[in-house]
Amino acid sequence: MARKIKGKAPLSLRLQKDMKRNYGAYFIFLPVAVYYILFAYKPMYGILIAFKDYSPMKGVLGSPWAQMNGFAHFRNFFDSFYFIRILKNTLIISFSTLLVTFPAPIILALILNEVSCKSYKKTIQTISYMPHFISLVVICSMIRLFVSDSGFITNILSDLGITEGNISLLTKKNYFVPIYVISGLWQSIGWNSIIYISALSALDQELYEAARIDGANRWKQIVHVTIPGLMPTIIMLLILRIGQVMSVGHEKVILLYNEEIYEIADVISTYVYRKGLLEYNWSFSTAVGLFNSGINFALVIMSNKISKKTMDMGLW
Amino acid sequence: MKYKNRAYTVFTFFNYLVLGFLGIACLYPFYYVIIASISDPVKLIAYDGLLLTPLKNITLAGYRLVLSNKLVLSGYKNTLIILFIGLTINLILTIMGAYVLSLKDLLLRKPLTIFVIITMYFSGGMIPSYLNVRDLGMMDSLLSLIIPEAVTTGNLIIMRSAFLAVPDSLSEAARMDGATHLQILTKVMIPLAKATIAVMVLYYGVAHWNAWFNASIYLRSSDKYPLQLVLRNILIEGQANEMLADVGMRESPQTLQLIKYALIVVSAAPIMCIYPFLQKFFEKGVMIGAVKG
Repeated sequence: MARKIKGKAPLSLRLQKDMKRNYGAYFIFLPVAVYYILFAYKPMYGILIAFKDYSPMKGVLGSPWAQMNGFAHFRNFFDSFYFIRILKNTLIISFSTLLVTFPAPIILALILNEVSCKSYKKTIQTISYMPHFISLVVICSMIRLFVSDSGFITNILSDLGITEGNISLLTKKNYFVPIYVISGLWQSIGWNSIIYISALSALDQELYEAARIDGANRWKQIVHVTIPGLMPTIIMLLILRIGQVMSVGHEKVILLYNEEIYEIADVISTYVYRKGLLEYNWSFSTAVGLFNSGINFALVIMSNKISKKTMDMGLW
Repeated sequence: MKYKNRAYTVFTFFNYLVLGFLGIACLYPFYYVIIASISDPVKLIAYDGLLLTPLKNITLAGYRLVLSNKLVLSGYKNTLIILFIGLTINLILTIMGAYVLSLKDLLLRKPLTIFVIITMYFSGGMIPSYLNVRDLGMMDSLLSLIIPEAVTTGNLIIMRSAFLAVPDSLSEAARMDGATHLQILTKVMIPLAKATIAVMVLYYGVAHWNAWFNASIYLRSSDKYPLQLVLRNILIEGQANEMLADVGMRESPQTLQLIKYALIVVSAAPIMCIYPFLQKFFEKGVMIGAVKG
């Protein structure tokens, strides 16, 4: 009966009724709403300063518009020497990371799935999740110690003839991306495999049964049952990842890079950080950040569209 | 099920080997740090290759220096303060928000859900968020690390799924008996969603424990620094010399190295010790998150 009334009454009346019935719920939500307005929506409004010459004295509204109808900061960025450099670095770091860290957890999940000894499996899983919980500061400190001039990784690599001499690898341009990517693999392989492992455990066991009756061996079962079963999960996560190819987080790069390797390690987010928070070019770096979020958003929409068209699967 | 052919045996053996190697590769860096932190620092610098046991003579000097350092101790204290106050606020707000968004008969449920979820896709970004905290007068205060982090939308969504999974009949029955929303939340929902609340404690807790970036941009007085920022300044910004000067010692690269390793152990130990016991909760969180995503 309640449903019937709902369908017919005008919104204002329904709202009134709802307020009367659920005022307690709205009251409970109030502090949460205040939080979101103050710390999520208000900063979004603050993006306006990308089009202004912001000065803290005058505030967001009071600050004068930037030149070129407000687009001066964007123009300056596109014209600057850094534009191509940080764009290129972001893409290189991001694609190398994707290439290595995306397939690895899938392979790990497949291998773990073939292990019949429960306790061995559990132990390996527990160990492989560990780096995920250790703070980035500790992880990066370890990396820096290991690849410093007397670090054990530096020693081993130079003994193997891969690198020359005992020099800190992070001062050399060629080594930054490999260090970033391999340490990223170490941090994420175990944790990112959880989702595939759970997808595997949800697979219908009868499919395996049927495959076995048809004479499929272990390997064929993996190729024809396991991998197709994982596909939806893989594609969903790939869409998510492709939506992020233009965003390389600032924290890890800030903790690892130094001036000697800015040329290859400086990415969009670290540039925003330096320009905005260290050099106080607030409007300019907000413009750079906005440019980056714009691209990210377009990428998410695009990859979702493509996957909907080709696979009939999407995030929304 | 059991295949007895040779190809399969080789395959299995190979599997176990690869996994074993992976396990060692994941664990060894931590093991190395631990044994390096008690090794003879002079020998350690000269040592070439993989270290398997501590180098004699074993020393605890690194730990002595670290644990007697003012900044490290105040860092621990500040992190604990942030952790306890932050976690309390996190839990209260997340549970309240998630409960309301899980109410099926709420007229505004959909708009409110969108209001929350939009923030997962759009944000002000680094500079506007920074200026916002500054405008609110929270600079150089621990509040700047607690209040802006009060709710993580992803966690709120996980919590909401847990409340949605509670059978409607339970809250309806309570409703019939005249219970208010607050009573339903505290008496019915929270006890039934305990496991997910544990996941929340872990997720928020680890996030607070590991955070350093906001502290580095919002805080100025070093006596307010959380542990991770102290670590970053000593280990990465190379301020270990000042730390030694602090206890009236001459700097030597060997001692510096020792301090760095000991500091890593001291800061990572709490998480490494409790984490194996809590692992299943973390995993659970991933599952709930995945179902939703």
